[in-house]
Amino acid sequence: MRLTIPEREIMTPGHLACQGCGGSLAMRYALKVFGEDTMLSIPACCWAVIDGPFPYTAVNVPVFHTAFETAAIMASGIKAGLMVQGKETTNVVAWAGDGGTFDIGIQAISGAAERNDDITYIVYDNEAYMNTGIQRSSATPHGAWTTTTPVKHYKKGPKKNMAEIMAAHRVPYIATASVGYPEDFCKKLEKAKNTKGFKFIHVLAPCPTGWKSDPRYTIKLAKLAVQTNNFPLYEIFDGITYKQSIKVKERKPLKEYMKYQGRFKHLPEDELQFLQGCVDENYELLTVRFE
Amino acid sequence: MKKTMMGNFAASWGAQLARVQVIAAYPITPQTLIVEKLSEIVADGELDAKFIKVESEHSAMAACIGASATGARAYTATSAQGLALMHEMLHWAGLARLPIVMANVNRAMAPGWSIWADQNDSLSQRDTGWMQIFASSAQDILDSTLLGYKVSEKVLLPTLISFDAFFLSHTMEVVDMPEIELVDKFLPPYNPDYKLDVKDPRSFGALTDEQYYYEFRYMMQQSMDEAVGVIKEAGKEYEKLTGRLYDLVHSYRCEDADMILVTSGTIGETANVAVDELRAEGKKVGNMRIRVIRPYPKKDIIETIKDAKKLAVIDRNISPGYSGIFSQELKSALYNEVDVPIRSYIAGLGGRDVKIEDIKELAYDALKNDTPNDLIWKGVKR
Repeated sequence: MRLTIPEREIMTPGHLACQGCGGSLAMRYALKVFGEDTMLSIPACCWAVIDGPFPYTAVNVPVFHTAFETAAIMASGIKAGLMVQGKETTNVVAWAGDGGTFDIGIQAISGAAERNDDITYIVYDNEAYMNTGIQRSSATPHGAWTTTTPVKHYKKGPKKNMAEIMAAHRVPYIATASVGYPEDFCKKLEKAKNTKGFKFIHVLAPCPTGWKSDPRYTIKLAKLAVQTNNFPLYEIFDGITYKQSIKVKERKPLKEYMKYQGRFKHLPEDELQFLQGCVDENYELLTVRFE
Repeated sequence: MKKTMMGNFAASWGAQLARVQVIAAYPITPQTLIVEKLSEIVADGELDAKFIKVESEHSAMAACIGASATGARAYTATSAQGLALMHEMLHWAGLARLPIVMANVNRAMAPGWSIWADQNDSLSQRDTGWMQIFASSAQDILDSTLLGYKVSEKVLLPTLISFDAFFLSHTMEVVDMPEIELVDKFLPPYNPDYKLDVKDPRSFGALTDEQYYYEFRYMMQQSMDEAVGVIKEAGKEYEKLTGRLYDLVHSYRCEDADMILVTSGTIGETANVAVDELRAEGKKVGNMRIRVIRPYPKKDIIETIKDAKKLAVIDRNISPGYSGIFSQELKSALYNEVDVPIRSYIAGLGGRDVKIEDIKELAYDALKNDTPNDLIWKGVKR
């Protein structure tokens, strides 16, 4: 097999991520593909810290740290500023966590998507507000423990379907990705890089701290999320054409994914079965759309 | 070239003459005409700029910040609730040291819904690190836009240009539009030392602990202090080119005045007429219109009022629980410097008209009363 992930490293060691951080891996791959001619807009999120304190930085591309709800529009502003100065080739990437995307940032994302601003929006999804100490977000899955959905009152209700929301905007390119499938992730990044207009990539990035998992299981969990059909990998073109990028041959039970995570360990059997049912149903609803 | 225009269009054409490169805006009455005109100008190719039609004022300011961080000249305009929604990003622009210029049409804050003149919107943003100008004519709006960039780009702080809703935004006046060649001479292209540049990658606004943050604030204050002189220099340079002088404080017949009115915005213009009439009655009255409130022109104010026996401040704003904001600031500036009674008046909130007679009545009241610290609501219905 020929490896397609670029060898170059733009992200440096010495960043401030926790052990086994899926979000730092996601950035490493993203920069490998996007290259030096890239600028990042980073709002409040783990990466606001991971990048390093002033005057340090771990990414070797220009970064503008911005307010929580403005990753998308800040990227749009940066892009407009570059365009008017004739710097049209630079990739402008908004890089935010799930809270900054699914919750507080959604208005600016929707605006940038509707205008089809020529930026790439990447959400590294660790399924809670991890930077502020594991509070639930609207990306937190049903059943999960967080500090604001404690064991006795664990998160009720499904995770917000961000890819569908983005698809409704009819933007040119949307993809889901996982740090457990770097080849697939990099291909999608490459497509985003080569597509004009608004691109949205939703990458699942396990968080050992918040998921109460062993740091060595980050890749295992990122793979299991896909292999259980809990986080299917696919692309949406123009909001209409759906393509599955990783087809799981033998679906693993959701329990297999959950058993490595402390945040689900309180769940009774009937809840696990309910969740398995939700995964199957969601997957079925999605697969009818695949070409 | 002389042209009759509304205050709002003076802002639009000011931005065009400044050759702004990125505009991001959201409509709000009574600001809308400013950005409508600019969107036309950009669409017609009369200005080489990108216009981002954003989904909120918060995003408008964020887009301007992003564009400015790349080294582009960025512009927006807003009013009242829109400015309040931007509040977080106003701090961001200030602390990121980005020379954005914004017009704000001074409008009362809701509820009740009001679209009329009142300064509480912009004065609520006083501590965000923006320089703040209160324009008093359409000419002032246009000229201040050019002066705003000139000063902002020198001291690396943003500028807010405020002017009264309808009394100025929608009133036609003759405005002298400077020739573009002249403006180009005055305002060269913006090219900051530090900007987002892939050839020189840097991180802007990173996590900053107490080892550095304190100094950022200190440097900001130094720049505000420096701005006082820079505004004066820019004003003098502009005067050479256009014949129009702008300073932090405009003094009208204050030199020999016993009592000086302290005003801002359009009330400042009306007060000049009131002063003429009061002078005709033999009353030695002057008018000090404060044009720039940040940086605070303390020295200029002391210089202007030092020989007066009494001051009367007219505030079209109120800090609830205390008093008018210009009045507070004046008292604080004069403490330990000049011992003079100050009378404080509130007038014109929510667009209530402040006529020449009203100002004269306030002046009569101030002339006959020596008690300082009174807060008087002009014409309030009880």
